[in-house]
Amino acid sequence: MLAWTIYISFIGVLVLMLLPRDNARAARIVALLTAVASCVVAFVGAIQQANPGEVTTIVNVPWIPGIGANYYLAADGISLVLVILTGLAAVAGILFSWNIEKRTKEFFAFYLALIGGVYGVFLSFDVLLLFVFYELTIIPKYFLIARWGSTRKEYGAMKLALYSFVGSHLVLIGLIATWVVAKGQLGHASLNLIELSKVSFPIVFQHWMFPLVFIGFAILAGMWPFHTWAPTGHVAAPTAGSMLLAGVVMKLGAYGCLRVAMLLFPEGMREWQWAVAALAVIGIVYGAGVALVQRDFKFVIGYSSVSHMGFVLLGLATLNTIGLDGAVLQMFSHGIIAGLLFAVVGRMVYDRTHTRDFNDLETMQIGKLLPFAGITFVIAGVASMGLPGFSGFVAELQVLMGAWAVFPKMTILAGMGIVVGVAYTLRAMQKAFYSDAPEKISDGHDHPLEPITFPEKAGAVMLIGASLVVGLFPGLLMNWIEPCFKSPMFHRLLAGGAL
Amino acid sequence: MNYLYLLQLAAPETIITVTMLVVLGVDLTVLRDKSIATRFTVGGWIAIFGCAVAAAMLWGRIQGGHALATAYRLDPFNGFLIIDPVTDFAKIALLVLTAFTVLISTSGKFTNHVGEYLSLLLLGTIGLLFLVSAGDLLMVWVPLEFTSLSLYILAAFNKHNERASEAALKYFLFGGMSAAFLLFGFSLLYGISGSTNLAEIARVMQGRGLDPLLIVAIVTTVIGFGFKVAAVPFHLWAPDAYEGAPTPSAAFIAAGSKVASFYILAKIFTLAFAGSTGSAVWHGYVSGWMPVVAVVAALSMVLGNLTAIVQSSVKRLLAYSAIAHAGYVLLGVLAGTASSISAMMFYIITYALTVIGAFGVVTVVEEATGGDALSDFKGLSRRAPGLSLCLLVFLLSLGGIPPLAGFIGKFFLFSAVVSVGENLGLLWLVILAIAMSAVSFYYYLRVLKAAYVQDAAEGAPAIKVPGLTMFALVLLAALVVLLGCAPGLLMRFL
Repeated sequence: MLAWTIYISFIGVLVLMLLPRDNARAARIVALLTAVASCVVAFVGAIQQANPGEVTTIVNVPWIPGIGANYYLAADGISLVLVILTGLAAVAGILFSWNIEKRTKEFFAFYLALIGGVYGVFLSFDVLLLFVFYELTIIPKYFLIARWGSTRKEYGAMKLALYSFVGSHLVLIGLIATWVVAKGQLGHASLNLIELSKVSFPIVFQHWMFPLVFIGFAILAGMWPFHTWAPTGHVAAPTAGSMLLAGVVMKLGAYGCLRVAMLLFPEGMREWQWAVAALAVIGIVYGAGVALVQRDFKFVIGYSSVSHMGFVLLGLATLNTIGLDGAVLQMFSHGIIAGLLFAVVGRMVYDRTHTRDFNDLETMQIGKLLPFAGITFVIAGVASMGLPGFSGFVAELQVLMGAWAVFPKMTILAGMGIVVGVAYTLRAMQKAFYSDAPEKISDGHDHPLEPITFPEKAGAVMLIGASLVVGLFPGLLMNWIEPCFKSPMFHRLLAGGAL
Repeated sequence: MNYLYLLQLAAPETIITVTMLVVLGVDLTVLRDKSIATRFTVGGWIAIFGCAVAAAMLWGRIQGGHALATAYRLDPFNGFLIIDPVTDFAKIALLVLTAFTVLISTSGKFTNHVGEYLSLLLLGTIGLLFLVSAGDLLMVWVPLEFTSLSLYILAAFNKHNERASEAALKYFLFGGMSAAFLLFGFSLLYGISGSTNLAEIARVMQGRGLDPLLIVAIVTTVIGFGFKVAAVPFHLWAPDAYEGAPTPSAAFIAAGSKVASFYILAKIFTLAFAGSTGSAVWHGYVSGWMPVVAVVAALSMVLGNLTAIVQSSVKRLLAYSAIAHAGYVLLGVLAGTASSISAMMFYIITYALTVIGAFGVVTVVEEATGGDALSDFKGLSRRAPGLSLCLLVFLLSLGGIPPLAGFIGKFFLFSAVVSVGENLGLLWLVILAIAMSAVSFYYYLRVLKAAYVQDAAEGAPAIKVPGLTMFALVLLAALVVLLGCAPGLLMRFL
């Protein structure tokens, strides 16, 4: 059932390619229907899954027998959470790109191809297949930004593409080396993630391979100091592009870190645990600090993404159940909230005012002109700060609790990051929406801002709702996440480091 | 020696020879007064028909072998014509590549000597077919030069273009010199072993240590083949030849001739220098041919990829990327195991298919815009959506993006190389290769950026793609995707 999320997305791409060139309306509707269909499939499939703690096979057939590769799609609770996130983010992204008029059908074709690849990554339990889907997302990302983006779009797009490609090539090196060593140990070629996770790779091998593969994935998760693609990429991307980048693409990286790097090389993870935690904390504090001094509204959100993804990495570095639970929940939560923030900045504000500079925005009184945008940003902002009642609170709290047990000093630093987070969010809120700076004297050429459209409202309500529901009833997702980390698959990873 | 038997075994080659004569005859008699397009179409279809018949015959032989359930290996003339399933399959691949080259030539306007052009393509193919069957140094050298002579003329075929003459002359001089080196190396091998038969040489060489004479033989052979496959530092002819030659000729030089050359190169090194392999593993250097090839491979990957970045002509860019790809493929040669050789064959065959496609797209763009600069590709996605989609597939495959053939080929190749020896000794070469392949992504993306992101000049008309070329390109793109998703289809023959 869940496999259809992938197929539906790619069928959508095909249908879009067959549409006549200039029918933007049809392209939008096809894209929305595709995304909604795959989202519904994701929900139904996730709810149907009887035992989220176990890896439930969807399809497993030989693909390239010579190297032991299978077409192996499966899901456990972690996959389910992220698949649902992808479904929600995909629908929201389309709602917020309803105003794309330039080459609409190509835009949505690349968009759906990206979504299909993302679903594929979250559902693959064959390492090669996972890698194939992972790389499949690079090209659509590049074209979405380079073609439909804004500020320095070609630079931002190329930077993102090269960072992703370098990262995935680090992973490829690790993958090939792992395949060879595993073949020696197992006696047959295998790329099955579950089988590989039972192989005891030599300690020295793990110590070398872990950083390679982990960094390869973590580049895409925005880990400091490899995060620099994120702010430029987010700023350059069209609204839906930044929503997807922050919403799901960065999660691909974090997911890869957890599912491949940490699961295959537990000893390597323990060796480098402190380094991962340190880089995560630097990311949290640095991202928040830089966000505090930006003049470009979108850069604030871009750097805040780096900061929030730092919590995911910190959660991963704890190597205890509560921290890992928090990390996965934070992936979901940040996907929703960052998507919403980018939607407000990119679609509601920038597309109407054509500026993201705080100095300009201060004189525009957008909070009064577009009350819906203001309120949405306030809600998204407090969610992002980690106010109880929203998903971010539950997630970050668990990460900090987990981290406290292992790295108390670093946890305090990370906590300071949250405080700075409150500061930059309030600053952005005040400058962009509720400034008391004198209104710019009208030169007679001003057009009234276009009111917020229905698709935008629908998308905003959907995302706020998702964050609230998870914030108020975290058990909904925790029931899926928690059993996973208690499953035998994660025993080796958690056993040594259980504190 | 039974000549009838020889004719029977060499039937595919004979068919291509006959086809070549028919194409030439028909063009010189019946089609004399027709338009170039008609002559290309008719001659092209005859050539393709000949290739198809020969390929079908080879296919029948492979299937017959399967029916016997034993791998057949015929070597009745003491190394002059070896027939086994792998050579037969390599020949099929060569014939397919030739057929595609013919297809992308048919819209060409670079010559009015259509019959001669097509028959030279077929002549070159005949040389390649014999080359893969060779098991004797003489039989390696003769077809290799036979093909090279055809290629020199093909490179010079555009008489109206001064650069074509320059390119061909350069190609000819370099090629001639490399032939001399190769012959010198072969003569030393003969001197050491007393035989020209590869199997016999292998027997003598086994267990024999490295001596100065053998070192010279190794080095001159590497130089000779280095020229043929355009590996650094013997690559200097390639960019000029690719740029100056008519694009379909360049495609043939880059595709078909590479497949056969690499196959025989691997055969010679693993057989003739069996006793002096040496080792190129990290911290485990032992002198022999492997370290020499490792150096050539590493230089090719680094220099090819880095130089390609700054090219503004797409044909030159493809030439440097070809140099880089030669570097990757040489890794498969130097690993020297059965699995690495078959991975290498997979890689080079899929590479050849891809690169013919890429040159095919360049041919069309060149005809439409008059140039092959990056700026001529601007707005291609609007001017010719189908064509640019094909270009996307070809370039991404060259860059190694899944699920295309180029990616899975790299995976096969690199994993086979890493598997060699203990403790992942050759991993350093693979790391270099993968790092360089990440670099290559940048310049392929530059071409795609021109096609998909930048806009054409105001009012640029749509590009009309000739039907046959489009047919060939779509077929090639489909093959690249298919072999990427289901590599087993090809891998089981290698």
